[in-house]
Amino acid sequence: MDQKKIKDIIEDNREKEGSLLPILHAINSSYGYIDKSIIPIIAHSLNITEAEVSGVLSFYHDFKTKPPSKNIIKLCMAEACQSMGCNDLYLKISNLINNDNNTSIEKVYCLGNCSLSPAAIINNKYFGRLTLDKVTEFLYNEDK
Amino acid sequence: MKISKVFIPDDSSSLSVGSEETFLAFNDQLESESIDIIRTGSRGLFWLEPLIEFETEIGRVGFKNVSNNEVGKILTEFEQHPNYIGLIDEIEFLKKQERVTFANCGKYNPLSVDDYIKNGGLTGLKKALTLNQEQLTEVITKSGLRGRGGAGFPTGIKFKTVLNAVAEKKYIVCNADEGDSGTYADRMLMEGDPFLLIEGMVIAGITVGALKGYIYLRSEYPEAFTKLKNSIDIAKSKNIIGSNLLGSNKSFDIEVRLGAGAYICGEETALLESLEGKRGQIRSKPPLPAYEGLFGFPTAVNNVITLATLPIIISKGFNFYSSLGSRNSRGTLTIQLTGNIKNGGLIEVPFGIKLREVLYNYGMGTLSGRPIKAVQVGGPLGAYWSEKLFDTPLDYETFQENGGMIGHGGIVVFDDNIDLRFQAKFAMEFCSIESCGKCTPCRIGSVRGKEILEKIIFGDNVEKNIKLLLDLCDIMENGSLCAFGGLIPIPVKSAIENFKEDFIN
Ligand SMILES: Cc1cc2nc3c(=O)[nH]c(=O)nc-3n(C[C@H](O)[C@H](O)[C@H](O)COP(=O)(O)O)c2cc1C
Ligand code: SF4
Ligand code: FES
Repeated sequence: MDQKKIKDIIEDNREKEGSLLPILHAINSSYGYIDKSIIPIIAHSLNITEAEVSGVLSFYHDFKTKPPSKNIIKLCMAEACQSMGCNDLYLKISNLINNDNNTSIEKVYCLGNCSLSPAAIINNKYFGRLTLDKVTEFLYNEDK
Repeated sequence: MKISKVFIPDDSSSLSVGSEETFLAFNDQLESESIDIIRTGSRGLFWLEPLIEFETEIGRVGFKNVSNNEVGKILTEFEQHPNYIGLIDEIEFLKKQERVTFANCGKYNPLSVDDYIKNGGLTGLKKALTLNQEQLTEVITKSGLRGRGGAGFPTGIKFKTVLNAVAEKKYIVCNADEGDSGTYADRMLMEGDPFLLIEGMVIAGITVGALKGYIYLRSEYPEAFTKLKNSIDIAKSKNIIGSNLLGSNKSFDIEVRLGAGAYICGEETALLESLEGKRGQIRSKPPLPAYEGLFGFPTAVNNVITLATLPIIISKGFNFYSSLGSRNSRGTLTIQLTGNIKNGGLIEVPFGIKLREVLYNYGMGTLSGRPIKAVQVGGPLGAYWSEKLFDTPLDYETFQENGGMIGHGGIVVFDDNIDLRFQAKFAMEFCSIESCGKCTPCRIGSVRGKEILEKIIFGDNVEKNIKLLLDLCDIMENGSLCAFGGLIPIPVKSAIENFKEDFIN
């Protein structure tokens, strides 16, 4: 991770009230993850302890500490999607991407698309009434 | 048919079934014509999405489920096309509703202040600027408005507490964390009519004497984030927010902040911790946020729908609002009908409508065509009910008397393929994933609860384990610090009570 860029992100946000979350979000969305090696930089800049930064980093599901895969399928596993078969779909998708190192699946709980369940976000695109065929087709086009 | 305008939604739900591709196709086809294409929010008739509307000489007409490759045919066949559904205002599902807060959602470009004003926008705020703070709290109290985030706390009383608290500064915090499964009304409003929320927040700010408002938005809603940011910028440029807003001596600013994927941050004290840049852990109450909230200052934390309803209450008067509803549940409820349902969508009607009417007269039964076996009302902490409770009217009091809760108004429908043992297990599992970890009954209890349910599903000592599970539920109900651990036993116990046959066979 580029230390200069990290410092710029911190500078851009430090005047905000409660600036730690906006900073972590900005880093996470630029790199897809937050390398633990930059915890001291953030802690030092905000004048808080490294433990506080680590604590926040590990509390929230959005913040990742490892580089993400190229394709990310966030499948909703909450009740409305369960009623339309997301548990079964999860198994089928997991099977589909079993040998695909570029693609990972992540369970999320409600995407606010519950009248068109099962729902997912794949590579930042919303999907409703999701089927295995739609996933296969989308991934095929992404990898072309 | 002569088309003068085309309306295409860009609400996340409609995007999820291809409305962007449909837009691109229309854009291509209409390139050489002088027909405007307007992106709108959604009407909330989700089973019809992408729902495309044309403005014509007879009014606004619709075409349902328009995929990009139907566009050419629609433009040549018009009302002969099989997806033509006639006048939008005549669609039964919409016509039967009494939309108040969602009256304009989906009708116009959500980022057009002109359209907003043409449809009654800013009348509430302008009137609020002529009233003093006591008068404002009185109108809001008399309207009977109660918080739509789940707890149903009277909004006027909360505002009065914040107003009367003596402090150097105060805050308005809009709770847009909308974590409950089976709900999306906040999202729909923020994407479809964001100025209404902004106007509501300014009114709230003037009422309690706050100069700054935060919207805490869940990160799962990137479209809403963009819409909110843009509408705040526009509102600033038009002096709807900022200093001396609309030429008055009042000032108010709004900033959006993103959550980071934690259900518990919907609970108001965890939300405040998160806004302060900390782990989203629950604070013990007292003090209430109304006395010591964000950074220790008096704060009114309110749900999106609560705040977005203020402009209408102020402009139309408290009587208009309080005359709707049943018992102590005044005004309208925004029901989100979801899951295995034929016609799923947003239904805004006065409190008091029967569950059965929602499921069958609006929803038209399950999408799978099989019988409805269970519904869960009120999100992941809501009760599982069977057919025998379907005649319950939807209001806070009657639901509570029957062991349920309305919460944020989500209804999830399941057909007879569902086995309630798995739903009970999921409730405990969800609690173990999303617990903030502060207290033992919730942090450890949920894990044990899940393990016991696994044994029950396996058929191991079922009766003994059910008894153990009910004991655990008791401990969680009575020993948890917040309503998450305290209410998660509701789906578990209601599943056992209303669907005994699934547990004991
Ligand atoms: C576990 C839990 C999750 C909650 N999630 C939300 C939420 O996502 N959105 C919301 O508005 N309120 C939520 N609440 C309710 C808030 O704590 C609070 O009561 C509400 O924001 C107050 O606003 P209102 O009076 O306008 O409803 C939640 C409560 C609990 C216990
Ligand atoms: S009940 Fe659960 S979520 Fe609430 S304070 Fe305790 S551990 Fe945290
Ligand atoms: S429950 Fe899956 S999108 Fe809401």
